[in-house]
Amino acid sequence: MNQEAIRDKLISTFGPEAVQVAVMFRDQLSVTVAKDKVRDICRFLRDDPDMAFNFLSFVAAVDRYPETPRFEVVYQLQSLKHNHRFRIKAMVEEPEEGLPTVDSVVEIWPSADWDERETAEMFGMQFKDHPDPRKLFLPEYWTVHPLRKDFPLEGTEQDTPDLPRRPKSKETSE
Amino acid sequence: MGIERHLNDTVHVTSLEWFVNWSRKSSMWPLGFGLACCALEMIATFVSRYDLARFGMEVARPSPRHADLMIVSGTTSKKMIPAVVRIYEQMTEPKWVIAMGACACTGGIYKNYAVVQGIDRHLPVDVYIPGCPPRPEALLDGILQLHAKVMKEQSIRNPKISRVKVTQE
Repeated sequence: MNQEAIRDKLISTFGPEAVQVAVMFRDQLSVTVAKDKVRDICRFLRDDPDMAFNFLSFVAAVDRYPETPRFEVVYQLQSLKHNHRFRIKAMVEEPEEGLPTVDSVVEIWPSADWDERETAEMFGMQFKDHPDPRKLFLPEYWTVHPLRKDFPLEGTEQDTPDLPRRPKSKETSE
Repeated sequence: MGIERHLNDTVHVTSLEWFVNWSRKSSMWPLGFGLACCALEMIATFVSRYDLARFGMEVARPSPRHADLMIVSGTTSKKMIPAVVRIYEQMTEPKWVIAMGACACTGGIYKNYAVVQGIDRHLPVDVYIPGCPPRPEALLDGILQLHAKVMKEQSIRNPKISRVKVTQE
């Protein structure tokens, strides 16, 4: 099944408002879908016998700062059965307070677990209903999101210290 | 050297300090761990082509309690540095540190938020070996420099005490 046919089937199943933009670049189609439909569309792409996308290559994110919406989440899919690939994206707005939120797809593809954890810590994003929302690579005590465009490359002593700060009282008692 | 000649040169007289230093440098056991690509050059130094056993150093100890020398071979990420410091603290005195490669010396090409900008921010480094990675000859030269340094130490009169640098508030 070629990529245009997959896009047309998505439009016919979920309606024209679910598929917002479809860009063809170098024979690869990037389809931007509505953020709140991501999980339904992913489940459809996995379960439909013509699609059978049983393998999630990766979940990643892009920071489009200072554009709005700021973030896009990218899902690269592959079907081992039909040997075809497909890419969907979801634009995620940064809220006034707190972190941008998008639905987790771990229940559809369990391999999304670590990819979503990495994306969450690097871009400061919340994956709703993620079964294990801990950090993956970064130290537990960091609160910054290094792959955001407004993050300074070298970090700062306050935000990215080498070692966790010990409480003062412990230091003096030794 | 009168007494040696009296005993037909069967004994040698030296200072105790020289002897202690000589025995320390002649069987300096490195800690068997590697952090990045420099570790491969370190392994190459151990095997028969370069043969670290010539200097009494072939016994890479997996336990820090048995080791005298920590060769920090490679990039130290900030996630890794608590473990490296912990291992150093567990080594018994006397102990020495070699910073092997550009990353361990200064952070190298990784001038970013995730990599420690030089292992000497936390550990007292004795010998720095630049290179990316240094060849086994360079590591051997650094080790011989360390041996020369050990021979100059006042191991009896003024024994050194190694401490982790405390950088916290």
